[in-house]
Amino acid sequence: MVSMNSDKILLAHGSGGQLSHELVERLFLKHLSNPALARLDDSAVLDAPGGKLAFTTDSYVVSPIFFPGGDIGKLAVCGTVNDLAMSGATPLYLSAGFIIEEGLPWSDLERIVASMAATAQAAGVQIVTGDTKVVDHGKADKLFINTAGMGLIPAGVEISGHLARPGDVILLSGTIGDHGMTIMSQREGLRFASRLTSDCAPLNGLVTAMLGSVSENRHVPPALQEAKAEDESQSMIHCLRDPTRGGLATTLNEIARQSDTGIEIDERAIPVRDQVRAACEMLGLDPLYVANEGKLMACVSPPIADAVLAAMRAHEYGREAAIVGRVLAEHPGRVVLRTALGARRILDMLAGEQLPRIC
Amino acid sequence: MKYIDEFRDPQLAQKLLADIRARSTRPVRLMEFCGGHTHAIFRHGLRQLLPSTVELRSGPGCPVCVTADTDLDRAIEMARRPDVTLATFGDMLKVPGSYGSLQIAKAEGADVRIVYSTLDALQIAREHPQRCVIFLGVGFETTAPTVAAAILQAETERLTNFYVLSMHKLTPPATRAILDAGEVQLSGIIGPGHVTTIIGSRAWEFLPHDYGIPCAVAGFEPLDILQSVAALVDAVEKGQPAVINTYSRSVRPEGNPTALNIMQRVFETSDADWRGLGRVPASGLTLRPAFARFDAARAFPVEPGPAREHTACRCGDVLRGVIEPPECPLFGRACTPTRPIGPCMVSAEGACAAWYQYGEHEQR
Amino acid sequence: MCLAIPALIKSVEGTNAIAEIGGVTRLVSIALTPEARVGSYVLVHTGFAINVVDEQEAHETLKLLAELAAFDPEAAPAASGEHEVH
Repeated sequence: MVSMNSDKILLAHGSGGQLSHELVERLFLKHLSNPALARLDDSAVLDAPGGKLAFTTDSYVVSPIFFPGGDIGKLAVCGTVNDLAMSGATPLYLSAGFIIEEGLPWSDLERIVASMAATAQAAGVQIVTGDTKVVDHGKADKLFINTAGMGLIPAGVEISGHLARPGDVILLSGTIGDHGMTIMSQREGLRFASRLTSDCAPLNGLVTAMLGSVSENRHVPPALQEAKAEDESQSMIHCLRDPTRGGLATTLNEIARQSDTGIEIDERAIPVRDQVRAACEMLGLDPLYVANEGKLMACVSPPIADAVLAAMRAHEYGREAAIVGRVLAEHPGRVVLRTALGARRILDMLAGEQLPRIC
Repeated sequence: MKYIDEFRDPQLAQKLLADIRARSTRPVRLMEFCGGHTHAIFRHGLRQLLPSTVELRSGPGCPVCVTADTDLDRAIEMARRPDVTLATFGDMLKVPGSYGSLQIAKAEGADVRIVYSTLDALQIAREHPQRCVIFLGVGFETTAPTVAAAILQAETERLTNFYVLSMHKLTPPATRAILDAGEVQLSGIIGPGHVTTIIGSRAWEFLPHDYGIPCAVAGFEPLDILQSVAALVDAVEKGQPAVINTYSRSVRPEGNPTALNIMQRVFETSDADWRGLGRVPASGLTLRPAFARFDAARAFPVEPGPAREHTACRCGDVLRGVIEPPECPLFGRACTPTRPIGPCMVSAEGACAAWYQYGEHEQR
Repeated sequence: MCLAIPALIKSVEGTNAIAEIGGVTRLVSIALTPEARVGSYVLVHTGFAINVVDEQEAHETLKLLAELAAFDPEAAPAASGEHEVH
């Protein structure tokens, strides 16, 4: 006889029958309540605002599922919210699909869903539809989550990896390597302890502040007016990207290739926490290739760089923002690092994987 | 980070560079033996900063790169046994053997696990008494004593399921082999700092004595490497070959006697096959008979097929310092870090990997 | 494989010790450096301390480098050290 009060997720919870309904009502709806979701129709029916829609999806397989600074659920919400924000979109709606390994404690799942609810609320998004499957023990490592997200791009905003142009200033919202090294520190066999925490955070508020710093500038100085007029794209923030897997180095290479421009960054300008640096030294890793889950880099037109930087530093997720480099016409498609000793060398994309299953 | 950051001081580096520029009047070719030095040099951009009279050439100091195909093939065969858990340092995983790699074997079901220390392998053995845990012993004299210590620990604990497949090698004999081959003219050697921490700077006396060239033992921070280059340039200019210890905070003339004793208690010297160098006498370490029960080679006799090397692969020439990576016709074309043909492109300390990653090939 | 970094011994228990670098602590074996004490700096390689850092020598080396700079008449004046990738 199947226990109705099981404290573990069972195969039956994914079968679509009574236990599935109980799981939805007692766990998911308890935490994720909103009108669209509460209908429990096969699809969420939503008001469609006019304009450009941004749409993205990601799957999350991080191990361990709980880590300092977050959990797989928070990661799943932030990751998708951030992907939307990087297009300049205001994130609106998320879906969440769960693949659960049989035997996962109910309390673990509940903790994760509650975390997703809290993160969604902080980010101002709703999780409006979802799915649950349960697989045999050993067929999924505790829990995998897929989220898809939709957002609306405000009129006049065009942000894309191919829009970087020579002269653009490259901004970074804060310290790099925090998430990846935190996950590393939780892996068995590495035997190191630290106060590292993941930087996992929703960045849409930060992006809004950055966009606002440009458009709110009512007393536009002549130089800026001219620059704005010359700027073919309507926003002077040309690119935004969050450096997740592969780290900042990989992200910069992506932008350089997409925009067919060169990039040069200054090793000394890149903020890295002491503990991240130490952990990287210990393991022979380079922070430039380590994943981040709460940081963004931006390519912006030079006249607005200071204003955008100020707006970032005024925001809770941009306190340690810094100018880290420039976009150039030289060596298109390549990223060059100016080392602390003043030499220049290529900063390539990550080849292979540094750390397995960190996102 | 103490004793790291101070040795990266950019201003002191500039002054050392000025010193080198002032001293250097004639071309010198220096070999940095150790792969760790190769990567540090590239990472900090030292090659561009040194005057054009100073040429740096990479040596065979990448233990993964110099592992012979036959040895790797045997390790892969052992990993395929259903009762074996093979524990290895990470960068052995992707090295192509004759018939595949450890990574491929893992994807096909072999129990291959990455560890960061031999102690982790011991722990796996303790936790899984029903598995035969084989630790892949790759590394030079820096690593061999740690493996020896782990074997002694296994002996104390009477573990019956812990084994080591020793592919450990010794660096002075390899250096001799390169110089004896006479294929590349070298003015001096940048000595491997951490190997020498164990074996002692005296171990390099044969270089000035038998070959008339200086050796500067170097640490791995920019100031360490630049100091050793300055010392070598100075020694060459003055015609005074000697062993110079520029890593005195870690290296002593006698090395680490405790570590050497432990290493010599567990291992004995034997001939070894090096990729690129062939058979080098008295250059390898095998477990002594007293520790035979921990010797994977004895416990798991395997017969992989005949070794097959990619005919166009020139890792051997790169390892002997005869060519620089871009001179290999496969470099950057058929052979890249994601699709490596030879170990020099896939190992964390491989010269080809360093050249490729740091874009040196584009700067020619 | 040459990777070894200096860490500070915070506590010792038999042949094990806790070593710290930049705020990160790690369990290491001191089987190869029985002379290591709390307060020693050791070089850590694959979970083992392979040597005790001679702090006196470290300071001497840095002092030597600083002095070399000061007295070298050919030392480049505080150059920014810009070098083109060529």
